[in-house]
Amino acid sequence: MTTTELKNSGINALLHDPDREADLLVDIATRIIDQARAGGADQSEVTVTSSLAREAGVRLGEIETLEEARDRGVCVTVYCRQCVGSASTGDLRADAIDETVERALAIARHTQPDRAAGLADAALMAQHFPDLDLWHPADLALDALAERAQTIEQAGRTADERIVNSEGASVSTEAGVAVYANSHGFIGTRRGTRYSQSCVLIANDEAGMQRDYDYDTARTFEALAAPEDTGHGAAVRTVRRLGARRIPTGKVPVLFAPEVARGLIGHLVGAVSGGNLYRRSSYLLDAAGKAVMPSWASLVERPHMPRGAKSAAFDGDGVATRDSALVTNGVLDRYVLGSYSARRLGLESTANAGGVRNLELLGAEHTPAQLMQEMGTGLMVTELMGQGVNLVTGDYSRGAAGFWIENGEMAWPVEEVTIASHLGDMLGNLRAAGTDVDSRHNIRTGSLLVDEMTVAGASE
Amino acid sequence: MYEQVLDNLLQPAGLGQRELEMALGRLLSSQIDFGELYFQHRVSESWSLEDGAVKSGSYDADQGVGVRAVAGAGTGFAYADSITLPSLIDAAVSARAIARSGGEGRIQVGHAGRVPARYIADDPTTSGSATDRVELLRTIDAYVRSLDSRISQVSVNLNASHESILVAATDGVLGGDVRPLVRLDIRVLMEEGERREQGTSGGGGRYRLDALMAPDFWQHHAEEAVRQATVNLGAEPAPAGYMTVVLGSGWPGVLLHEAVGHGLEGDFNRKGISAFAGRMGERVATEECTVVDDGTLADRRGSLSIDDEGTPTNCTTLIEKGKLVGYMQDRLNARLMGVEPTGNGRRESFAHLPMPRMTNTYMLPGQHDPGEVIASVDDGIYAVNFNGGQVDITSGKFVFAASEAYRIKNGKLGPAIKGVTLIGNGPDVLTRVGMVGNDLELDSGVGVCGKEGQGVPVGVGQPTLRVDGLTVGGTS
Repeated sequence: MTTTELKNSGINALLHDPDREADLLVDIATRIIDQARAGGADQSEVTVTSSLAREAGVRLGEIETLEEARDRGVCVTVYCRQCVGSASTGDLRADAIDETVERALAIARHTQPDRAAGLADAALMAQHFPDLDLWHPADLALDALAERAQTIEQAGRTADERIVNSEGASVSTEAGVAVYANSHGFIGTRRGTRYSQSCVLIANDEAGMQRDYDYDTARTFEALAAPEDTGHGAAVRTVRRLGARRIPTGKVPVLFAPEVARGLIGHLVGAVSGGNLYRRSSYLLDAAGKAVMPSWASLVERPHMPRGAKSAAFDGDGVATRDSALVTNGVLDRYVLGSYSARRLGLESTANAGGVRNLELLGAEHTPAQLMQEMGTGLMVTELMGQGVNLVTGDYSRGAAGFWIENGEMAWPVEEVTIASHLGDMLGNLRAAGTDVDSRHNIRTGSLLVDEMTVAGASE
Repeated sequence: MYEQVLDNLLQPAGLGQRELEMALGRLLSSQIDFGELYFQHRVSESWSLEDGAVKSGSYDADQGVGVRAVAGAGTGFAYADSITLPSLIDAAVSARAIARSGGEGRIQVGHAGRVPARYIADDPTTSGSATDRVELLRTIDAYVRSLDSRISQVSVNLNASHESILVAATDGVLGGDVRPLVRLDIRVLMEEGERREQGTSGGGGRYRLDALMAPDFWQHHAEEAVRQATVNLGAEPAPAGYMTVVLGSGWPGVLLHEAVGHGLEGDFNRKGISAFAGRMGERVATEECTVVDDGTLADRRGSLSIDDEGTPTNCTTLIEKGKLVGYMQDRLNARLMGVEPTGNGRRESFAHLPMPRMTNTYMLPGQHDPGEVIASVDDGIYAVNFNGGQVDITSGKFVFAASEAYRIKNGKLGPAIKGVTLIGNGPDVLTRVGMVGNDLELDSGVGVCGKEGQGVPVGVGQPTLRVDGLTVGGTS
């Protein structure tokens, strides 16, 4: 295989000279802001993005896909006497951009005034742009990625003789530059790299096939787990599911493994997010200042964490981000607001346009083994299925798979059950959290032990 | 249709038959089975109403070309987000990296066959005026609010898109399609005392916006959203455990999509990773069950005249009277399995690779009156609306979340129960279908199916049916 053909200067310029790429995007953004103003917009904002991604996938030792993706896009929002119009395109040629701005202006001529519409207050714009250590380019050719994927899959397939098939392994790299600018004169540039690898394996025994996976993701290529570890991890996770069965219907404690625990914290974030609050579509209306978790638990947002999954100096409105508590000793300190939802609620922006950034759970004291001891007998969940979470009512009912824990020890794998309760009870009565924090994600939490849920499974 | 797309999509960029051949030539190698260019241009427009006013609208235009080279089970893929000759050639050169050496293959220039159109080619984003759209949303809002004083929030969304695609491959496949797609969604929030519940309804298809603007259409969905919210305000906690479940007609067909549909896609079966792999010809359902995937239905959201690889769509029988008889195939998997493609090769956009996907998947009607099906149940639940589902195709386990359901006791409908997840095992759920109603209905046109990160519009449908044993994930 030769990859010399891929050394197309246009494609690699982003990797080798991100400043030049950023300048280009800034030029486009500034031109759009000027054009919007000339077209009658009182205010406008624009995001211009450029990214390069490569991904190699192998299956059963053979290359399955080699993909190269060069993506660019622009999204503009204009405000004309508080009427809003938006338009976007993936075509950055001048005439396409002109048309995009015209489209946004045309839409704003038809929408109705919205008193909350408009840019965030100019005083809130970020002034300082600390280096968050997010840019670590590596010009890795597709064949190098494919070779690594082969090593991953090979390690997984040979780890256990019950691994009989594979959905493959893949390795990907992504580098992106994005510019957000608005008519306050704010121009902010973000850039970042991300490297990922994953492996999905199939194991089989007389009870049937099971599938599971392992993966890793990091800002630098060097920080990725050893390929053998990801392959091996996938094998271990897959084989341990063999022979899974249902458990009888009843009420038991449920231990959420880190890979599903972050979803629980995510539901809490969703329920206190501005969009759901002003639409009165949350079970946590008016919860600020009230207990939403037990007193041992706190949540803090660290947007400037070096190499963090979602680190950024400014939010989607250009507002300066800073470290900030969300929950302190179980009590909700604030909501999660961008400038629009803040205005709708008569509050201040919390620099959360685009969501929370690196939210960390504090108060975890138990190792995973201690958590199982603490639970005694119950269900450990490692996989959740389906959409059965209703943030309006807090009702929770989802498909689950995992392990039955008996007297603090893993007994056997479980599948085809549902777990159900109410989010308010689940989060309010969290008994303990684990120190097994999954730091690859925007929401950083270890395992979470929920006191009691209804598990539905076999008849009796 | 091909000529029309060629004129509209490629000619403005100075591309014609000769340039297509040149790009295909760059893809050639003695080692590839076929190389393919997929051009796409798509515009979409949306308007949304909240708090009684149309506060936002957006417009998106996207175009590009995706190029792939297929060698055995391997694919090289690259794309360009502008349609120009240099970007096309660059993408072709990148995609060919899958082949280890350069080429002597031959391009076989094809002819676009005549394929029946399953929908009109009109652009819904340019028909009618923006003023009409805004007015429609306001009229709907006023109508919804007039239905019940407990309604505290109404949101209405209107979407219209129009895409043109052109496929040209080294082995002679050549085709073009123009696809409209429109959709209206209504959501209401109702409050009574401390309780808040929502109801949603919507629909659409591959046609002009006029159809959504007809009062019959939007009034029906407005009333439906309000009815659902009302029902849920009075809902009791759902039971937990293994029990008989009657599924309503129409959208509950999401059962088929999750429980058997995905498991019958060609890629999963070629790789032997589906719980249905190697079971062709075996009994996987009761004799009452015949399930098809039909991309040819007129004007449907899941329909296509040709798929994204240029293959005309079909009505493919998947399960016939309980027996597994067919998989859904794209070109790559069909070739590797030694069968014909079925017109199920679909992709989210030029920036994604095609794979076997469903179109409109539904079960044919049976003998029984729906009332008779409910009356046959001593103790169970009746689920009529769902949020969607998910499946693990390897273990076969699937879930779908009911958003409107009722208790059944002694053959009679009881009180409404709260939203609840149902979980089952795909390969055996249809072997427990005890009764099939005579009331086949397709969904109203709101389905989106996600697979490997790609979303495509789909349809589902079924008659009322009784499953003698599914796990119901309630709390009581």
